[in-house]
Amino acid sequence: MNRTKAAETAWAALHQVAPDLEPDLTEGGARLRQDLELDSLDFLALVETLSRDAGVEIPESDYAQVATVDGLVGYLETHG
Amino acid sequence: MGDFRMPSLGADMERGKLIEWLVKPGDYVHRGDLVAVVDTDKTVMDVETFEEGIVAELFTDIGSTVPVGTVMARIVQTPAETSAAAPGQGPPRAVPPPEGTTEAAPRPRSWPPPIRNLAQRLGVDLASVAGTGPAGAVTRADVERAAAAAGAAAGAGGAVPAEQVPAAVPPPAKPVPAVAAQAEPVRGRTVRSSPRARKIARELGIDPAAVHGSGPEGAVTESDVRAAAARAGAAAGPEQAAPPGPEQAAPATPLPPPGPPAEAAEAGGAADRRGSLRRAVGKLMSRSKKDIPHYYLSSTVDLHAALTWMEAANARVPVASRLVPAALLLKATALAALEVPEVNGHYADGRHRPSSAVHLGVAVSLREGGIIAPAIRDADSLALADLMASLRDVVGRARSGRLQRAEMADPTLTVTNLGDLGVDAVFGVIYPPQVAMVGFGRIAEQAWAHEGMLAARRCVTATLSADHRVSDGLRGGRFLARIGELLQKPEEL
Repeated sequence: MNRTKAAETAWAALHQVAPDLEPDLTEGGARLRQDLELDSLDFLALVETLSRDAGVEIPESDYAQVATVDGLVGYLETHG
Repeated sequence: MGDFRMPSLGADMERGKLIEWLVKPGDYVHRGDLVAVVDTDKTVMDVETFEEGIVAELFTDIGSTVPVGTVMARIVQTPAETSAAAPGQGPPRAVPPPEGTTEAAPRPRSWPPPIRNLAQRLGVDLASVAGTGPAGAVTRADVERAAAAAGAAAGAGGAVPAEQVPAAVPPPAKPVPAVAAQAEPVRGRTVRSSPRARKIARELGIDPAAVHGSGPEGAVTESDVRAAAARAGAAAGPEQAAPPGPEQAAPATPLPPPGPPAEAAEAGGAADRRGSLRRAVGKLMSRSKKDIPHYYLSSTVDLHAALTWMEAANARVPVASRLVPAALLLKATALAALEVPEVNGHYADGRHRPSSAVHLGVAVSLREGGIIAPAIRDADSLALADLMASLRDVVGRARSGRLQRAEMADPTLTVTNLGDLGVDAVFGVIYPPQVAMVGFGRIAEQAWAHEGMLAARRCVTATLSADHRVSDGLRGGRFLARIGELLQKPEEL
């Protein structure tokens, strides 16, 4: 998918997992665990949401690549 | 007969606020049936009854706060007792009585579970369904007919108002039991809605019954509630809920930006909850530190075997079935607690009462601040996949503010942190009346000497805070060591 679509998809999934996230928090460099305070269960829910809604499977071995918002968007761009 | 009282839903609870009655006068309730929704300082919980019988009268108004032990409803066992009772004071959201109301005394009614399940699924109020089976029993066909009739009357996709059912069903073969006619006016209609939508509706002062549902089977969604609140704010000020009607149909956009009135109202509610949650946590922790002589131990555990095994297992299953390391840590803790009973159970009346099962409390940090520790019941006997499912379920409901009484009231041992906060180790404060607290720090690579070689291994620091009145460092150390040993054989967890 293109970058705009990837960013939209990432934001929609993040919002679904953590409805209270402020848009300005989700700047590209933000780290999902430390900055957005997603715990391992939230993160799994995010991976599940992306698999269901966007058809993008993120294997556990790729978790390190999607540790930031930028990383996530880039991953969706490449794999979506 | 018996009373339904404001229950104590945790050692620190002094009073609770009635959010919703799940029963109405005339309902027949069994032991274990959910009867009310109660808001404590910490969370909103469904509360069950320990009495069986007919709900004769509701004493507590929705929205009022009463001390623990206050009689909130009367449950009687015979029809005679019921008929003596004055009609209960219903919730404020009352609807006019349907035509044909009679004054006859209600009689006990109960339905077999399959019928209750079917009715719940179809959104049919059983009390308003005329039975055509033997002795007036309600059959599956009766329920399905009522659902179909209500659906036709209300229009496809709309919530099914229960009070429309009697008018729409074909003339009953037997007289409609009086209990249905009497009970119906006080309840209002049943609204399908998610806990989160209900919570937000409450915070915004919106009546979910007055909101058009755009969700599955007419369920009222969070966006419906927000849209209704925004409209109500724009049209008539924040006090007034939006009336139902086709013009209220909310667009099915997934992420509507909340309007200014909604935002302000929600901020107020969240701030209140944050404050009361903070006070509740503070009170309980002060008591713990005052009464419990804590001692602390820590031990670093090599997670190489456990995580390698977990990652291989995760690669074979769909995303929804993947495990997180916390599930393995919890299971190992539960099994170790079975072997070292001094860390499991409650301390009461000057002595330790060990528990034969491990109900594992999981400290969940709430996004709005504060922590809450609901229990995964029988964690020691759950298979890993089931424990993982329970963990996700209980954490999700804790965050959406919807836990059940048993999950709050009786953890026998609590685990905190789960490695997600980024700290190396956490030494928890024991939740009275429990006698120990287990903490797990961050999972990180460390230089690890193994069989004469240095290697980078993923490790976690496990800690124990335990009650010196019950155990000492020797047994506590044994417990921590067992957690570490169990994690070396993850396939046996």
